[in-house]
Amino acid sequence: MSLRSPLGRALGHGASATGAEHWWQQRVTAVALALLGLWLVVALLGLELGNRAALLAWIGRPLNAALLAVLILTAARHSLLGTRVVVEDYVHGIAKVPLLMALQFLHVIFAAVGVVAVLQIAIGGR
Amino acid sequence: MAAGKRPLSPHLQIYRPQWTTVLSIAHRFTGLALALSFPLLVYWLVALASGDAAYATALGWFGAWPVKLVLFAASFAFFYHLANGIRHLAWDTGRGFELSQAYASGIAVVIAAVLLTLLSWAFWLTGGGS
Repeated sequence: MSLRSPLGRALGHGASATGAEHWWQQRVTAVALALLGLWLVVALLGLELGNRAALLAWIGRPLNAALLAVLILTAARHSLLGTRVVVEDYVHGIAKVPLLMALQFLHVIFAAVGVVAVLQIAIGGR
Repeated sequence: MAAGKRPLSPHLQIYRPQWTTVLSIAHRFTGLALALSFPLLVYWLVALASGDAAYATALGWFGAWPVKLVLFAASFAFFYHLANGIRHLAWDTGRGFELSQAYASGIAVVIAAVLLTLLSWAFWLTGGGS
């Protein structure tokens, strides 16, 4: 029998104190994306996708540009959380950590490029 | 006992696929598909910001049949992941775990995803937006 207290044995193992963060962020971004995703789909269905000028005018409105930028950031966050779990579940050995790192890099890069494109349209007068 | 020689419990291929299990793994697959489709949304925005010639090139790509099929699949993945995600959020409140309820909500999710996908494309292809 160990003389260590149950608390002493539990501390320092796994995701103590931060384990709920992943789960909670997944839910918060899920709710946000359900709303933002439906907004974008309805908006896109109402737009003429072949007409660049009309699309630029639509994205150029502050509310649309802001929501698009938030959608991109939220989608990247949600996607990173999800694909991270997939890698953690199925990839073992030497490839796991580089793959997790690559996932984070890719998500940050695509999110940054997407947001800059929206800002160029909205602010840069494209 | 060495880690590789431990007896295993009956594995996935033993079990008959059921609505609940298939829809569960489908949530993960559609999520992955959406992650892979995210660069398409970014590319579309970049092309829009880059000028008329770049956007014309992008339209050429998006109009090609293989890409159209990918977009169709991505739209289904979106609606499925959306509907099943709402099902998951409902489960998070502790409700709907009876087997009959899980089957009913699963079938509702599939019907909603198929209908929303087909209605969106029908609306778009008949020129609803323009």
